[in-house]
Amino acid sequence: MSRRYDSRTTIFSPEGRLYQVEYAMEAIGHAGTCLGILANDGIVLAAEKRNVHKLLDDVFLSDKIYTLDDNIACSVAGITSDANVLVADLRRIAQRFKLSYQESIPVEQLVTNLCDIKQAYTQFGGLRPFGISVLYMGWDKHYGFQLYMSDPSGNYGGWKGTCIGNNSQAAISMLKQEYKEDETNLNDALKLAIKVLSKTLDTTKLTSERVEMATLTRQDDRTVITILNSATLTKLCNEYEEEKARLEAEKKAKEKATPSKAKK
Amino acid sequence: MEFLIGFEGKDFVFLASDTSAARSIVMFKQDQDKMTPLGKNTMMAMCGEAGDVAQFSEYIQKNLQLYKIRNGYELSTKGMMNFTRKQLAEALRKNPYHVHTLMAGCDSTDGCSLYYLDYLSSSVKVPFAAHGYGAYFVLSLLDRWHKPDLTKDEAMILLKKCMAELKKRFIVTLPAMMVRIVDKNGIHTMPPLLEKDYVTMDTVQDGEPDRSIVRPLIL
Repeated sequence: MSRRYDSRTTIFSPEGRLYQVEYAMEAIGHAGTCLGILANDGIVLAAEKRNVHKLLDDVFLSDKIYTLDDNIACSVAGITSDANVLVADLRRIAQRFKLSYQESIPVEQLVTNLCDIKQAYTQFGGLRPFGISVLYMGWDKHYGFQLYMSDPSGNYGGWKGTCIGNNSQAAISMLKQEYKEDETNLNDALKLAIKVLSKTLDTTKLTSERVEMATLTRQDDRTVITILNSATLTKLCNEYEEEKARLEAEKKAKEKATPSKAKK
Repeated sequence: MEFLIGFEGKDFVFLASDTSAARSIVMFKQDQDKMTPLGKNTMMAMCGEAGDVAQFSEYIQKNLQLYKIRNGYELSTKGMMNFTRKQLAEALRKNPYHVHTLMAGCDSTDGCSLYYLDYLSSSVKVPFAAHGYGAYFVLSLLDRWHKPDLTKDEAMILLKKCMAELKKRFIVTLPAMMVRIVDKNGIHTMPPLLEKDYVTMDTVQDGEPDRSIVRPLIL
């Protein structure tokens, strides 16, 4: 009988829950990790690439981070085919705004607009919700640099640093510990992103093939979205590994020093 | 026979409109306000078919108000202008509004701007503009006397020059003009400009505008 409240999204369970929406969120918990960090002078998005196969043609530089408009980019976690539909929607919303006002859409408006669509799919009959969480990074003249996260229920919020996808809770608590409010610049944010991602992923060593990163900055009064190339990514990963090795060596040296003290 | 005029000055935009409400050869009244505020720092003056003006200006104003309520901030002047233009352009091939518009606004980021929009929805950002028959008479004066760093006093003198020329050459009388100034602090309503304020104005004097011009106008 447990199927009674599962088969249609529009029906509340006796405890007042919407199972299909919860399942959708569950699906995202298994998807590739994405994280975003807000800095003083920009934003970083980082995503884990799951489709690493040596036969896969890598003509596309980017497949998890999408630019939506001149001033907004996003990264998605969840069912990729659902994501493609939503990204198409997002781009359409942004362009429709531009057609009306000859200006780029403010970030929150784009997010709200998409969330209205997502919400509709949790209410109106016979449809399944989108199995997609989205991280948006953007700049507008009203609120400057912004980072948003939206989930399948159509909820959204603004963040200084957050994470979606596999192992996201661990990543979020790590971000919470390491994020320095108002003191983080883009470089720190990049380093932090690599650090958190490498500890969140189940691999021992983070390689540039497994991650995808993008930054959003302002240069000469224009928003610049850069998808980092593999050379930059490799450099970042190596820097992190060196740092980690250095810290470990220091720790070992300390451990060596302490027992001798204890003997005395 | 309606007349709208506007020009940019230093950190402000000056808008003036005639005050007649008339149909055919009958004058209804002489205190019609043809301007609508669209935001804290944006003002629109509209003339044309009376019913269309009432309908369309209210439609635009309320939609921009809705935008503000929804998002917590106003559109820029450019955004408002393009929205208005789009609405007019879409209506043009269905149920056209016969309206002419001037839009003035001062944004914190983009500065002050004046836009011209005609009933065929062609919009242009301009330093000065005028609508109606009066435009044929005053554009040359604006060419001659307008400068980008106009002060508010000089702007008023420029309007008087224009009105004096209309008084001289234009067959229709414009007994009063409603005057408003938009700057970064908001919209300021000035006292209406009456005929007696400019009948003595000289429109052909060369050089800088002289604030003490009292030479009688020879007709």
